Amino acid sequence: MADFGGGDPEAFRKEVREWVEANFPAELKGRPNPMMREERAKPTEAQEAWRKAVGSKGWGTPTWPKAYGGGGLGAAEARIIQQEFGRAGAYNPIGGMGVMMFGPTLLEYGTEDQKLEHIPPICRGDVQWCQGFSEPGAGSDLAALQTRAEDKGDHFLINGQKIWTSGAQFADWCFCLVRTDTSKKHEGISFVLFTMHQPGVEVRPIKLIAGSSPFCETFFTDARAEKKNLVGPLNGGWTIAKRLLQHERGGLSGAGGGGGMGGRSLVDLAREYVGVDAQGRIADPDLRTRVVQHEIEGRSFQQTAVRAMLESKGNSGPSAATSIMKNAGTSWMQMRHELTLEIMGHQGLGWEGDAFKPEELGAVRGWLGGKAFTIYGGSQEVQSNIISKRILGLPDLTQHN
Amino acid sequence: MAVLNEEQSMLRDAAKSWTQEKSPVTAFRKMRDSGVEIGYDVNAWNEMAEMGWAGVIIPEEYGGSAFGYLSMGLILEELGRTLTASPLIASGVGAASALVLGGSDAQKSEWLPKIADGSVVGALAVDEGPHHAPEKVALAATKSGAGYSLSGTKTFVIEGLAANLLVVSARTSGKPGDKDGITLFLVPADAKGVSRKRLALADSRGAANITFDKVEVGADAMLGAADKGWDVLEKTLDRVRAALAAEMLGAANQAFETTLDYLKVRVQFGQVIGSFQALQHRAAKMFTDLELARSAVEAALQAIDADSPDVPELVSLSKAKMGDVFHLVSNEMVQMHGGIGMTDAHDAGFYLKRARAAEAAFGSQSYHRDRYARINGY
Repeated sequence: MADFGGGDPEAFRKEVREWVEANFPAELKGRPNPMMREERAKPTEAQEAWRKAVGSKGWGTPTWPKAYGGGGLGAAEARIIQQEFGRAGAYNPIGGMGVMMFGPTLLEYGTEDQKLEHIPPICRGDVQWCQGFSEPGAGSDLAALQTRAEDKGDHFLINGQKIWTSGAQFADWCFCLVRTDTSKKHEGISFVLFTMHQPGVEVRPIKLIAGSSPFCETFFTDARAEKKNLVGPLNGGWTIAKRLLQHERGGLSGAGGGGGMGGRSLVDLAREYVGVDAQGRIADPDLRTRVVQHEIEGRSFQQTAVRAMLESKGNSGPSAATSIMKNAGTSWMQMRHELTLEIMGHQGLGWEGDAFKPEELGAVRGWLGGKAFTIYGGSQEVQSNIISKRILGLPDLTQHN
Repeated sequence: MAVLNEEQSMLRDAAKSWTQEKSPVTAFRKMRDSGVEIGYDVNAWNEMAEMGWAGVIIPEEYGGSAFGYLSMGLILEELGRTLTASPLIASGVGAASALVLGGSDAQKSEWLPKIADGSVVGALAVDEGPHHAPEKVALAATKSGAGYSLSGTKTFVIEGLAANLLVVSARTSGKPGDKDGITLFLVPADAKGVSRKRLALADSRGAANITFDKVEVGADAMLGAADKGWDVLEKTLDRVRAALAAEMLGAANQAFETTLDYLKVRVQFGQVIGSFQALQHRAAKMFTDLELARSAVEAALQAIDADSPDVPELVSLSKAKMGDVFHLVSNEMVQMHGGIGMTDAHDAGFYLKRARAAEAAFGSQSYHRDRYARINGY
C-alpha cells in the first residue's frame, strides 16, 4: 500500500490527532499499557473502551490489510499513528503474540478462510494468543519436540507438554508445533491452532527468580485441534515456525519499538544515586565510561534498526543487519539492567517493602527477569550459530536449523 | 550499506574497481618496502585526483563535484579495504573542509581548485603532543607588521611531509586549553622558518613533526577571524574524524572478510577451523559489531551532509564505536590466523598497525567517549 495513497501526510496527521482527542479516555493518559503487565487485572471500562475504539479502526495493526480488520495503511502512516498516540500519552491497546508473531505469519502462510477467522479478532484485541513451541526436552534444539498430534479424521488429538508458554494463563488460543511424523525430525512437525478453553488443556504458571510468573507449563491430554486449523501442509510446520521466530526475534530485539525499555536514562539515575563532580560529570569516572559506552552501543543499535528498515525498503534487497538485532538488542538491555542496579547500589537490591521506591524494586526484578532475554526466542548461542552458518557461511557441525 | 543514489553508487563502484585493480594490498606493501618518505605512491594519488576524488566535498565553482561527505566516505571505505595510502583525508577532507567552512572568497579561489585537482596537498597541523587535544594550542602567533609571526611545534601532522599547504591552529590570546584565542592560518609548507621532520610510524603512512620558527605570514593568511578559529577547527575535525571512520570501516570489514576466508580453508584436527564453535561465535560477534559500526559511521556522514546540529555527538559516537570494532577485529585477525598472521609476509600485521594508528588519529576511543558524554551533559 502506497503511503498516504498519494495524499498529504499532514492531513492524515490531523485526522489521527482529532480522532485520538475524541476517543482516548482522559483517565488513561500517561498510564502504562495493561498489555505489558505480567499480572493482569480485569480491564477497566475506560481500558475496554479504548481497546474497542482502536480495534474497530484497525489502527492497532495499521499496516495489516483492511480485509482482515487491519488499518490497510503504509509504514509512514503507521509511524504517524504511533507518534500521535505518543503525543497524547496513549498506548496501543492491541498487542501480544497475536500481533507480534502469529498474525504476520498467518497472513503469509494461512488460507483465506484461516485469515478471515483468526486475524480480525487479533486486530480488535478480542483474542489473545500463546505460543506452544518449547518443551522440557526441546529448548535451543527446538526441532526435537515430542508433543504428538494424532490424526482422527476431521481433527487431531494432542498429547504432550509445552513449557515457557508466555501468557498461557491469559490466552484464548494457542499456535502450536506438534509432531505428526516420528520418523523424521524437522520434516515431521506440523503447525496447528486450537482453543485453550477446552478440557484437555492444563496451565501451570512457573515462578521465576524475579518472583513473577510470566511463563507457564502447559499440558495437553487428548486436546483437540480441528483439521481446518492446520496451517500449511502436514509435516510442513518447521518452515512456518522459522518464519514466526524471525518475527519474534525482531520484536524481542527492541527493533520494532525502538529500545524496548522505558524509564529514566542511566545518566539521570547516575546523577541522582552517584552524583556529579564540579564539571557536571558523573562522579565515578569508571562508571561514567561504562555508561557512555552503553549509550553509544544503544545509539548504534537504534541507527542499525533505522538502516535495516531503510535498506529493506530500498533497492539493495534484504538487509544483513537484521540477523544481528536479537543478540545486539538483548545484550544491550541486559547491560542496561546491570548498570541500573550498579548505579542504585544497595538501594537497587530491595526485594519488597516501603524502604524502596517502585522504581528501585523494578530495577532488581527487571535485572533478574532480563536474564531470560538471551535465553528465549533463540538463545544468544543459537543466534550466533545462525549468523555463523547463514550469514558468514561457516560449516555447521551441529545439524540444527 | 546506506541506501545510495545513482551518483553515489557509481562513485562506489568506481572506487571498488580502481582499488581492486590498481591498488590492492600488494601495492601498499610495495609502497612500504620502497621506503618512500611521504608515505604514499604519488602516481596512485594522481590517478585518484584525475578521477575527481580530491574534490568530492568541494563546491563546483571551485573545481569540485560537491557530492558530499557520504560520497567521500564510500570512496574512503574502498580505499580502507586495501589499505590504500593517500592524502585524500588530510587534503580532500581536512584542508578542503577548513577552506570551505572558514575561507574567504580569495582563499577559496586560490586553494580549493588546486586541492580539487590534486596539485596541492593540504594538511591539518593541529596537535602538539602524543594525544589528540585540539584546544591545547601553544604555538604562538604574534602580530608582526601587517601580519603575524608563528612560532611553535606541531606533532604527528598526518601527511605533513607531503603537504604543500598547512592549516595551522595557533594561539593569538589566552592559554593552552582555552577554545577562545585560537586562530587558524594558511601556511605554505615552503615558507621561511618551517622545518619538517619525518615520523616513521608503525603503519607506514605519512606523518611529520613540524616546527615553526618565526614564520612570517600576511594578514590574508588568516582563515576566519582572529581568536575565533575554534568553531571552524572543530567542524573541520569532525569532518576528518567521520572520513577516517569510513576508511576504518572499510579496513575492518576487509580484515574480517580475509579472516573469515581463512577460517574456511585452514584445516586442523581433520576439519576446517571455521567449524569450531569457539571461533564461529567470535566471528558472529565481530560481524554484529561491524554492522553496528557501519550504522554509526554512515549516520555521522549523513548528518554532516544534512548540516545537522547532531554532528559533534554522532561523529564522536562513530569514531569511538569504529575504533573499538577495528581494534577487536584487527586483534582477532592476527589471533585467528595463528603463526602465519605474525609474519610480515601476511597482510594481518598491516591491518593491525593501521588500526592503532587510525584509532589514535583525531581522537582515540577514550577521547570520543569523553566528548560524547560532555556533549550530552554528563
